[in-house]
This record gives sequence, structure tokens and C-alpha cells, in this order.
Amino acid sequence: MEDAVNAKNRRWAFGIIGFFALVSVATYAYSEYYIYLSAYLWFGLIYGMCLQYGRFCFASAFRDLFAVGVPRMVVGIMIATILFSFVSAFVTATGMSTFHSAPTSIHAVVAGLIFGVGMVFAGGCASGSLYKTGEGNGVSLLVVLSISVTQAVFVDIGGWFNKLVPEAWHASALAKKLPPSITAGDGWVDQYLAGYVWNQPIVKFSKMLGLKDESLAGAFLGDFLVGVVLPAALLLFFVYFFWVRKNYRKKLLKERSGAVTFRDELAGYWKMIISSKRTAIAGLFLGIACGLQMFVIEGLRIKFGVKNAGALLSKMGHDFGLSVSGTVFDPGYWYVTTQEAQWVGWVFNKLGWNNMDNIYFGLNNGIPNPAINPADWMSLALIGGAAVMALLSNEFKFKKPTTELAVWAIIGGALMGIGSRLGLGCNVGAFFVRVAMGDASGWLFGFGMIGGAFIGVKFFNWWTERKMAKEMAAF
Amino acid sequence: MAMKFEKKGEGLYLLDCQGYVCPHPQLYTKKALEKLQPGDVLEIVFDNPSSSESISAMADAAGYDIVEQQQDHGKFTWKIRKAA
Repeated sequence: MEDAVNAKNRRWAFGIIGFFALVSVATYAYSEYYIYLSAYLWFGLIYGMCLQYGRFCFASAFRDLFAVGVPRMVVGIMIATILFSFVSAFVTATGMSTFHSAPTSIHAVVAGLIFGVGMVFAGGCASGSLYKTGEGNGVSLLVVLSISVTQAVFVDIGGWFNKLVPEAWHASALAKKLPPSITAGDGWVDQYLAGYVWNQPIVKFSKMLGLKDESLAGAFLGDFLVGVVLPAALLLFFVYFFWVRKNYRKKLLKERSGAVTFRDELAGYWKMIISSKRTAIAGLFLGIACGLQMFVIEGLRIKFGVKNAGALLSKMGHDFGLSVSGTVFDPGYWYVTTQEAQWVGWVFNKLGWNNMDNIYFGLNNGIPNPAINPADWMSLALIGGAAVMALLSNEFKFKKPTTELAVWAIIGGALMGIGSRLGLGCNVGAFFVRVAMGDASGWLFGFGMIGGAFIGVKFFNWWTERKMAKEMAAF
Repeated sequence: MAMKFEKKGEGLYLLDCQGYVCPHPQLYTKKALEKLQPGDVLEIVFDNPSSSESISAMADAAGYDIVEQQQDHGKFTWKIRKAA
């Protein structure tokens, strides 16, 4: 029976990979430009496989540390970030980086805080919810839908909400003199972006050290070593000292007598790093794949003589949904939330909602048909990659959401949607990628996420305690 | 399916968290183990794969033994003995 199930799972898994291969071959035969979309697709598949294999969810990092004292995901994320940063430093130094820095200010902390509460409520971060959807989890699918809809609505919200915009933001947004089709003075998010966020400085570690970020020294010494390795080692030391050390010393002293030496402490620190083999391996592959994706996408842009996928879509005869700049969202690296907003934005637009007059969709990202949106190919393949891994390890199971979990999913997804638009990205775009690239705003978003996780855990501790007390009343 | 906690026998308890996503299974496991007497066994049933890593790490840190692990069709059934 067990073998029969595994054989069925294997057939499904290879069926998914075969489907993606067929899509790549058939679309390439139709037009060679589709190879650009296929590159996104295959990296998405790798991300999905890595995430599922390593149970790699950013939400669990500080949530599990605060809730049950488990540090494995903080470690996994730091390993992935360090490796991604190392590969990225090489890509940056060779001038092949597709990364754009983000403005740095307190807004990143606030955005991270809202996002952090949301990811604990939802039971997974933005990327975690995608991969768990691939495991057959209905709650995670609801989270993805909630993030998508909330973002698409939030970025176009105006009317009464315009009254909440400070006058200085309004004036500053109008002064940017954006194209006439963009109503920068109307809409809360538009005025937040053009009137506040764009006025904030860009802070990169390489530049803080007086180095050029695209130089070898800037990329490796500034952004990689000072911007990532040292803070990550410090963060892990902090985690070891406050959460791991006590139990480690207790166990050590049970096994042998004598004082705990500095060498023992170092061994304990290392034991924490390698405690979850799965997570560490996933982090390793994820980090390398993320760096390689930038290299591959930039290479394809050079090959096709374009700077953005919008130009490719035009060449392929797809003009609908391009931004006023002729571009579409095309990060060139792993990203999650914008393509989720785009597909709902596309649906809303088709239903008659004019949402191309806002900055988010109208100025750069566009709302291309999801069937030809490169970033959507990446997300769908990520779900597929996670399904492949879950099927091959006999972990795939369709799970219908209960009412309780559906409520948390919708609330959590909505908070993540709002947080990601305020922070210009989610746990991947605003934290993981930015930290790895030496962008200080990534760490600020991360600190906010830690605070949000703490608040979310406090709430769920109370909630589960209450439910557990009811269940245990009879004992 | 709602979370279920019941006594199955002398020193043996069942915690059924099927259908729950993170962090519920690991939180309920932690709270259930806190209430049990040393030497008692908790049988946990869950179907959220990522909880498996957290629960095993939590048991390891606390010095509890995972005495049985089964997995079938995405359903995990583990038994954890609370350290004496």
C-alpha cells in the first residue's frame, strides 16, 4: 500500500515537472522571448522545492523562538542570507546585479511590524504561504488570496483616506511632476510613496564605508562582510546566549563534570547552527539560487537588448497592462507580493476598476495578463516545486480550512498585504533580498518583523492557553 | 477539525491538531507537555509538515524522548515521553 501511494505521488510529482517542461518548450517554440519567462519559472520551482524541503518559513524564525524556544529557522535564514549575499556580491561586482535599493527610514520598521503580526496570525510568511499551498494547505491558499486582494485594494485607496494624508506629503507628491495619467495627489499610498518614502535616503553599507557598491571592495567588504556577515553572526550569538545556552550547558554538565569553557561555548554555538540539517541545506541551495537568478535574468536582458520585461512583452504583441513607462514588474530576483497584487489588479481592471492611475500599478509595475507575467510564472512554479517535494516525501495532503483558521488567515493575509506595500516588499523583497544586498532598510524591516512576531506570539499564547484550559478541564 | 486533547490510558494522552497550521501544533504540544507528569507519554497527531521540525527541536531542547514517529498520507503521529 505504502509503495502504491509513493508510486502515485511520484507520478504526480513528475507530471508537474513534465508540465513545466512542456510549457517551457512549447512557448519557446512559439517565441524565443518566452525563455525569459521560463527562467523565472525554473527558479520558482527551485525555490518551492528548497522551501518545502527545509520547512523554510520566515514567519517561524522569531515566532518559534518566542513561542517554543526553537532557533532553527533564525539560523536557516541567516545561512541563506549570508550565502545569497556572497553570490550577490560577486554578481554586483561584475555589474550584473538587478537590485534596486530602497529608501531607508522608520517606515520600514512600522511596515515590518504590521507584516510580522500578520505572518504569525496567518501561520506563514508570504513565501511560506505559497509553499504551504503547494503542500495542499487550504489555509495558506486563503492567506495568498487575502494578501493579493488587500494589496490590490490598498494601493488604490483614496476618497476619505486622502484626509489622513499630511499636507506636506500631498505637496511633495504633486511636486514630483509625474506623468499626467498618474494622479499622485489622489490616493493614500500614492502620497505616502511620492510625498514621503521617495524623499528618504538610500543607505547601503558599502557607501557608509565610503566604497562604491559596484566595486569588489564595496560588494564584498562593505555590503557582504559589514552589512550581512557581522550583523548575522551577532544576531545568532544573541539567540544562542538568550535561548540556547542554558539548555546546552545543562545537558553538557549532565554528561560530564567540570567548568564550561569558552571552547565548549563555541561548540554549543556551532551545534545550534547545524541543529536542523534540512533547514541549513535548504538555506544553502536557496542562497545560491537567489544569487544565480540575478545573473541569469541580467544575462537574458543583455541577450534580448532590453532593460525590463515590458519591452519583451511589447515585442511579443502584448501591450495591455504595461505601465505608463512601458514597464512591468520584473525584479530579476526572488519576489513574492507584487505579482500577487498584480493578478488581482488585472482582474479588477477587467471588471471595470480604473487602477492604472496609481503609482504602484500605473507608473512601473503594470498589470499584465497573469498568463504572461514573468513574476507570476515564478510564484506558480514555486507552488508547483513545493508540491513536487511534498509528494515525493509523502507529505502532500489537501486540508480544508476550519472557520477559526480561515479568520486568522484572512486577517493575517490582510496585515501582510498592508505591511508589504508600506515596506515596498515582504519578508523576501523587503527583508531577505535587501539585507543580502547590503541595504540598511532590510534590517529595519527585519527588526519590525521581530517586534510583530513578538506581539503575534503573545496573542496566540493567550488564545491557545484559553483553548487548552477548556480541553483539560476534565483532568 | 477542532483541536482535541484526551486521556487514552494511564499515563498516555492524545493531542489531535490535524488541520492546524503553524504555530498551533507546536504551541499546543508545548502546553500539553507542560501539564503532563514526568514519564507520561503524549501522542500528537498533526498534518502540518513544518511543525515536525519545530516539535522535534523543542523535544530535543527539553530533553524529552520522541519514542515513536509515524507518517502516512501527510499525517504525522508522534509519541513523546516527558522526561522524568
